[in-house]
Amino acid sequence: MEFLSNLIIGVSLGSIYAIIALGYTMVYGIAKMLNFAHGDVIMVGGYIAYCGISYLGLPALVSILLAMLVCTVLGVVIEGLAYRPLREAGSLAVLITAIGVSYFLQNAAQLIWGAAPKNFSSVVNLTIPPLFGGALNVSGVAAVTVTVCIVVMAGLTWFTSQTKMGKAMRACSEDKAAAQLMGINVNRTISMTFAIGSALAAVAGVLLCSYTPTLTPTTGSMPGIKAFTAAVFGGIGSIPGAFLGGILLGVIETMAKAYISTNLANSIVFAVLIIVLLVRPAGLLGKYVPEKV
Amino acid sequence: MKLSRILSLALAGTLSLSLLAGCGGGNGGDQPANNGNNTPSTSAPGGEGGGNAPTGAAFKLGGIGPLTGGNAIYGNAAMNGAKIAVDEINALGGDIQFDFNPQDDVSDAETSVNAYNSLKDWGMQALVGTVTTGPCISVSAEAFNDRIFALTPSASSTDVINGKDNMFQVCFTDPNQGTGAADYISENLPGSKIAVIYQNDNAYSQGIRDTFVAEAAAKNLEIVSETTFTEDTQNDFSVQIADAQSKGADVVFLPIYYTPASVILTQAKAINYAPTFFGVDGMDGILTVKGFDTSLAEGVMLLTPFSADAEDERTQNFVSTYNSRHGETPNQFAADGYDAVYVIYEALKAANCTPDMSPQDICEALVGVMPTISVDGLTGAGMTWDASGAVSKAPMAVVIKDGVYVTP
Repeated sequence: MEFLSNLIIGVSLGSIYAIIALGYTMVYGIAKMLNFAHGDVIMVGGYIAYCGISYLGLPALVSILLAMLVCTVLGVVIEGLAYRPLREAGSLAVLITAIGVSYFLQNAAQLIWGAAPKNFSSVVNLTIPPLFGGALNVSGVAAVTVTVCIVVMAGLTWFTSQTKMGKAMRACSEDKAAAQLMGINVNRTISMTFAIGSALAAVAGVLLCSYTPTLTPTTGSMPGIKAFTAAVFGGIGSIPGAFLGGILLGVIETMAKAYISTNLANSIVFAVLIIVLLVRPAGLLGKYVPEKV
Repeated sequence: MKLSRILSLALAGTLSLSLLAGCGGGNGGDQPANNGNNTPSTSAPGGEGGGNAPTGAAFKLGGIGPLTGGNAIYGNAAMNGAKIAVDEINALGGDIQFDFNPQDDVSDAETSVNAYNSLKDWGMQALVGTVTTGPCISVSAEAFNDRIFALTPSASSTDVINGKDNMFQVCFTDPNQGTGAADYISENLPGSKIAVIYQNDNAYSQGIRDTFVAEAAAKNLEIVSETTFTEDTQNDFSVQIADAQSKGADVVFLPIYYTPASVILTQAKAINYAPTFFGVDGMDGILTVKGFDTSLAEGVMLLTPFSADAEDERTQNFVSTYNSRHGETPNQFAADGYDAVYVIYEALKAANCTPDMSPQDICEALVGVMPTISVDGLTGAGMTWDASGAVSKAPMAVVIKDGVYVTP
């Protein structure tokens, strides 16, 4: 029963990683860049929702929508100001810019909201009665997180395979130049990707802060890095891969904490990533595309 | 092989980010920006008394504690409390006047030593600090080498005072707290199954846990679950709480600081787990965490030498002054800071020190008188010290009811 409860904790933690990883993977799949600022957009989403609830007295759902709106705008602005001018530059330049944006967001948050941790009261008021005569207790947040994650993942799969914009995204990810020749506005498609990714980040931020209730300017960095790991683990660029990677990472981390050592949990997570990449360089569900020389 | 090159680059990036995040997250998520020293704030002459400006020289009293960052509640409380004592003493207009200079150390050992050095350059003659244990171990070593008298309001590890004759404490030592907690539980909550969640990369938490477990074994208390966390993993306690719950613990002992404690209370509530949470002085401050639902802390017990609802006149005056200045009820750290200044004041009086003496002469004089004086403070009546620097006073347990501490 203890194992089952740890498994549930792992899956719900993994669901949060998965939602963040979806943002990483979409942006990577289409823009071929790693948006390291993604973790910090999550943090901004958390703070906006916190402000909405605590300062403006808005209902939780409205606060989440507000956070999504702000993050969407933020994502598009970051893309337009920081990444678009570097579209033709090398991937190293874009990567360093992304790290710069990440630190900019952290420091801006510290200026605006201060460094003292804020306690984020959960937006989920659902309580689940104890199961199996009290032997198994599941938190409402965990249940909601897993549900939201599945919905988001299903929605994104539908979006990329069925809608016109989704098809345009896939076309861009296959071959940008060819997509442009077919009349697809590549810049707009990339902006759209950032918008969706950042809105997801806001959702992830609210869920993350509901689950682990302290909010600081660096709240997003560790989950961001873990979600990136999850995206690479599952095969970066692949939406089901990000989902699978996120869940597995959450379960591995929780099991490591529960049965091996809390101190080693993070090391074990990254060790698993290295092993997977040695065996399958493209990740679990990634497509391995040999480059012609 | 472009993909693998990008991946290796990304991994390098991840590594450097996680390293940086490691440093940044070290203190509950503060980035540099606070490393600079605050502008020296000299004590306002006369304080609330009005007039009575210090005539001539005043003793230069330094203060070090976390004024920003994850442990800021401790540092601000201690320094604010000390400031009130300084103003009261200056308002008396006696021979002993203080010029008080509090500095920020973000609860980081290296920053703390920097703050100490800048205070030394300023001409500090005695130090109130540092507030948290880790930095205090580093700073006390420096103060010992420089022969500057130091009195920490709240750094409770024995490592702070061990082998340093000029380092004294206002708070209990960790052994005292761990033993006190175990004794209290065995007397008042007999037969309970205990879970311990502690931070094993933190000297304070580890120290209290060690003495608690030793005393618990001596008193035949049953510890059913013992789990740990580190600075990097203090955001999520699902696993630790699930462990305590599944092993049927009805008392959870938390020898940790209030920020992780607030997370534990919130997450325990989410899975309908409601044991008696038992904290030590690090739990003090939990009611002032921004956004924390204080109803979660209902019934939490903690060891503290100070309760703001005590009826004596001195506590009441202190609470109302603190409230009018800072808009909140002072916690134990504020009282510790206040007492620290009065202890130095009494010791200076007993040793007949004058402000023109060198810090080293003052240090020798104070080290000589400390074991002989007895000070009545907010955190205990008749506090005395032994030559090791540890204080002797009675610990007291309080329980949180409706957002305030009450004596059970």
